[in-house]
Amino acid sequence: MLGLSKKDLNLLFIVFVLTMCAPFILNPFPEGSAMAQFNAGYPDLMQRFVIFGIFAIGFNILFGLTGYLSFGHAAFLGVGSYSAVWMFKLLSMNVIPAIVLSVMVAGLFSVLIGYISLRRSGIYFSILTLAFAQMSFALAYSVLTPVTGGETGLQLALNDPRILDGAASSAGNIPVPGLFGLEMRDSTFLRLGDWVFTFNVGYYFSAVIMLLSFYLAIRIFRSPFGMMLRAIKSNQQRMNYTGLNPKPYTLAAFVISGMYAGLAGGLMAAMDPLAGAERMFWTASGEVVLMTILGGVGTLIGPVLGAGLIKYMENIISKINSEILHGWFAFMPDGIEDFMVAIVYPFIGKGWHLTLGIVFMLVVIFLPGGLVEGGQRIARMFRRKKTTQDNTPGTTEPAE
Amino acid sequence: MDAIILQILNGLDKGSAYALIALGLTLIFGTLGVVNFAHGALFMIGAFCAVTLSRILTISHTIVDETQKDFLGNPLKVDVPYVYDWFGEATGNVIIDWAVPLSILFAIPVMILIGVIMERGLIKHFYKRPHADQILVTFGLAIVLQEVIKYFYGANPIPTPAPDAFRGSFDFGLMLGFDANQIIYPYWRLVYFAFAAVIIGAVFAFLQFTTFGMVVRAGMADRETVGLLGINIDKRFTIMFGLAAAVAGLAGVMYTPINSPNYHMGMDFLVLSFVVVVVGGMGSLPGAVLAGFLLGILESFASMGAVIDLLPGINQIIIYLVAIIILLTRPRGLMGRKGVMED
Amino acid sequence: MSKTTFTRRGMLKTGAVTGAGLALPTYLSAAGHEGFTNAPTGGTVTLGFNVPQTGPYADEGADELRAYELAVEHLNGEGDGGMMNTFSSKALQGNGILGKKVEYVTGDTQTKSDAARASAKSMIEKDGAVMITGGSSSGVAVAVQALCQEAGIIFMAGLTHSNDTTGKDKRANGFRHFFNSYMSGAALAPVLANAYGTERRAYHLTADYNWGYTTEEAVKSSTEAMGWETVAAVKTPLTQTDFSSYIAPVLQSGADTLVLNHYGGNMVNSLTNAVQFGLRDKQVEGKDFQIIVPLYSRLMAKGAGANVKGIFGSTNWHWSLQDEGSKTFVKSFGTKYGFPPSQAAHTCYVQALLYADAVERAGSFAPCAVVDALEGFEFDGMGNGPTLYRADDHQCFKDVLVVKGKENPTSEFDLLEIVEVTPVDQVTYQPDHPQFAGGALGSCNNGA
Repeated sequence: MLGLSKKDLNLLFIVFVLTMCAPFILNPFPEGSAMAQFNAGYPDLMQRFVIFGIFAIGFNILFGLTGYLSFGHAAFLGVGSYSAVWMFKLLSMNVIPAIVLSVMVAGLFSVLIGYISLRRSGIYFSILTLAFAQMSFALAYSVLTPVTGGETGLQLALNDPRILDGAASSAGNIPVPGLFGLEMRDSTFLRLGDWVFTFNVGYYFSAVIMLLSFYLAIRIFRSPFGMMLRAIKSNQQRMNYTGLNPKPYTLAAFVISGMYAGLAGGLMAAMDPLAGAERMFWTASGEVVLMTILGGVGTLIGPVLGAGLIKYMENIISKINSEILHGWFAFMPDGIEDFMVAIVYPFIGKGWHLTLGIVFMLVVIFLPGGLVEGGQRIARMFRRKKTTQDNTPGTTEPAE
Repeated sequence: MDAIILQILNGLDKGSAYALIALGLTLIFGTLGVVNFAHGALFMIGAFCAVTLSRILTISHTIVDETQKDFLGNPLKVDVPYVYDWFGEATGNVIIDWAVPLSILFAIPVMILIGVIMERGLIKHFYKRPHADQILVTFGLAIVLQEVIKYFYGANPIPTPAPDAFRGSFDFGLMLGFDANQIIYPYWRLVYFAFAAVIIGAVFAFLQFTTFGMVVRAGMADRETVGLLGINIDKRFTIMFGLAAAVAGLAGVMYTPINSPNYHMGMDFLVLSFVVVVVGGMGSLPGAVLAGFLLGILESFASMGAVIDLLPGINQIIIYLVAIIILLTRPRGLMGRKGVMED
Repeated sequence: MSKTTFTRRGMLKTGAVTGAGLALPTYLSAAGHEGFTNAPTGGTVTLGFNVPQTGPYADEGADELRAYELAVEHLNGEGDGGMMNTFSSKALQGNGILGKKVEYVTGDTQTKSDAARASAKSMIEKDGAVMITGGSSSGVAVAVQALCQEAGIIFMAGLTHSNDTTGKDKRANGFRHFFNSYMSGAALAPVLANAYGTERRAYHLTADYNWGYTTEEAVKSSTEAMGWETVAAVKTPLTQTDFSSYIAPVLQSGADTLVLNHYGGNMVNSLTNAVQFGLRDKQVEGKDFQIIVPLYSRLMAKGAGANVKGIFGSTNWHWSLQDEGSKTFVKSFGTKYGFPPSQAAHTCYVQALLYADAVERAGSFAPCAVVDALEGFEFDGMGNGPTLYRADDHQCFKDVLVVKGKENPTSEFDLLEIVEVTPVDQVTYQPDHPQFAGGALGSCNNGA
């Protein structure tokens, strides 16, 4: 079905179910309980999960298949965001033209950068892409302020033309991005006892696009083209000797992954119409590299998991403060409570970077293949026990 | 003319910091084949060695001064460093004043120790792993190191001045026959340049003229063969890692009076130093040094008012622009070897 | 892949659960019944404190957070009440806000507009915060302000100094207590003319981003009005750490004054470098060379150490002020934390109190009611003398402090001394002033 093997179809189906049920899966704890802090089922974070998932899937098409490590992919994301916001400012608040434009602009931009950077390989290629991205960041932050908004970012304003749908909404505010009248920020809530689940239009819109991107990625991985790309990774010289020119293939992979990044950027702007230059900073490029490695390079699902983990830590761990900690340990005697708080405190709130660093190190030391390998190990463990319970995270199956 | 001389001086000075960091980075690349994203953190730790020593020197006991009030109106507590008690106030002040140069002695063993621990405890296990894994683990380590420093020292920069004797600046212009105030340059930056030159010279001499260095160089060229000859190359590589850490650390120590150190100074230098190393050519020590100075000087020229007026924003991108041009005209950077990190 | 994951049985089970869920009565809790976003229900109200906890401004953010915690204490009637005692409005009772106990959530802006918005959104969407406050840079303030406008939440800006926050990027739901670039320029110029004369040649180094531009423009225009000449204005990259190549040419240009339009780490480094180059020991045509830092902060002064001595700048507030409000605040902050508050802490504390007071006076948490209560609100006793929240742009108008690096500090906090308290009239401008042109407040938004 859909031109996929059974295994891939299963994987796609699992991802489909996971994304569609994300509002449930990510909100396991009842509202108001001490553990509610760990719920991630609110629109903004769910949107981020899938959007960065798209970004990482695209990045993996380049890095996972060809082995070319681009250190400047955030530039395409940034360019995508800027084009989308400009589309909102000039044309219409409908997200479709904005996203189409952002993919196209990112594509063109990546043809340009890819064509030049791919003349080199290995770390020389990485540094070339890094240099382009850093130049884009520096210029967007300073000299190009009229186009990019500089430090404050490119925002919508009341007096933007918006040719198709007029400047202000009926209430005198800036209109919000939507899909033919369906506003991206609209949510429906479902209450089940103490649990509250949020279903957000923007999230489902992004999730559908993510599924399409994921499907496309599977097709690319399994196609003769994908095979070519793997050949480039394993031995480019041999490919040359067989009379094949690897360059068009790598460039195509680079542009495809650039367009994925542009798509992610466009979606980010569609969910939240502001584009800041720091989206293009080298740390942002580094982040997608880390997501991919953390999840598992060259696997289909790995990058999505890596993206999820990093965004989860950034948004959840950083929000725990000492007040909340005291709440958790309140059942303990005073002295022990303070002691526990003192021990945990450096790792949460303003210390979330520390936790992130430690997680990076632990994962790479103990799970050389990233999170996917962790999943495999668990799966193997269960298989050995011959349990038939269906609680194995089957999603962690690598694609190769 | 005077403006150009001044920017060359600036460039040499900036270049010495770049060159020192790139040198250590290349030592690790060249010998161990490891992409070390924690190298910037080593530079930062070096700087905090200086901060720590000056803290140690000013460890104090408090006495309550009834004649003065603090901001809440309570009697003021005055800290008196122990060194005052031991050596008298005058000598004590001199010792505290010279904290940064003294830190060199303090930093060398500390940095070598940190380097050896890092190599034995962590990096060693990653020699055979893909570069991607090395990047992830060293980046994680860099974050951890900098967060630990932040935990103890805060996020604000900490002023760490040079000794009194080196504050102020030197009028080069008068020496070269220009008017006064045309070419002035701070003493400490001249010291930094000289210091960098000495360190770079020492590293090269060590590799060139000692048996140890010879073996390491042989190991860089062909690790397997050296191993087959019955030489324990691993042990030597550990020492090289310690050495690279010490070079980065010393660069950090001496840098503190130029810019007050803060916990993320390593990250600020990290990307730049990678660019320097790659422009110099992977695995080439002279290349790293050359590229460091070249980029330093070009960066300085690009920040001249006349140049910015001509090409707005050029000061923001010059390093990257130069890197692109060099990499496109010379496939392996200035002096890179074939086949190193090319796949 | 374990084939067991999707057995038909498992699917049926999942389907059944989902079905059951949908069959239950659902309701749209978009707070439709109250008519505004996150209307507080029950006995508590949640405020969102969005401050930098990582990155270069982490210490400033930590100080802001301390101030907020103190404010929450005072609002809930714990502690000594702080500035609630000196505040001219007596609406606050110390029983929370409108009788609801104040709770708070915290987040990390990372001083990046994206991260700040993500953090603010999670406060709004997940924690039900009814007001967001904090931040330590204008980029973040403008970004979060726009978000709050969209979402129908009140935004009380923390430390943000760019003209744009209440200029071209102003929003109806956003309020700024902190002063701005224009006020810095207007307050500094007369003091500078007094101290250094009216015939000076100034060389500007400006951080290459929005805040830098507005500050350069403000200082330039107000000093030029005093008769100074601007020799050059050079932009420096935000990521620059070593400013030597920008400082070195200053003397050659014939300038006798250097204006550093830098903040945070940039300011610490550029000032340190300038002093290193011995600029302050030089004389140009018989005049001592001078350095000026338009926006001072005590934490930055600490980073620059002895280099700040004798250098003029402006600040929103300083703990050595002797009015009742400031003294009370310093006392309760100092007693709790052991050191005096920074200006960032002050502005954040005041913002929290002002918001609470506006809600009390309006009798409602609805953003439009709060906006009404704050617009044109005049108050006193908060450390800056009589203050007006102007309705046209939601900017506070109050006295501005001109300060100077202290020659003989008695402690590590005693780094600045107040040279002059510039009266509010001197720093007031028309809402349509060219430096604030463009943009529109729009109308207040209650959200869903």
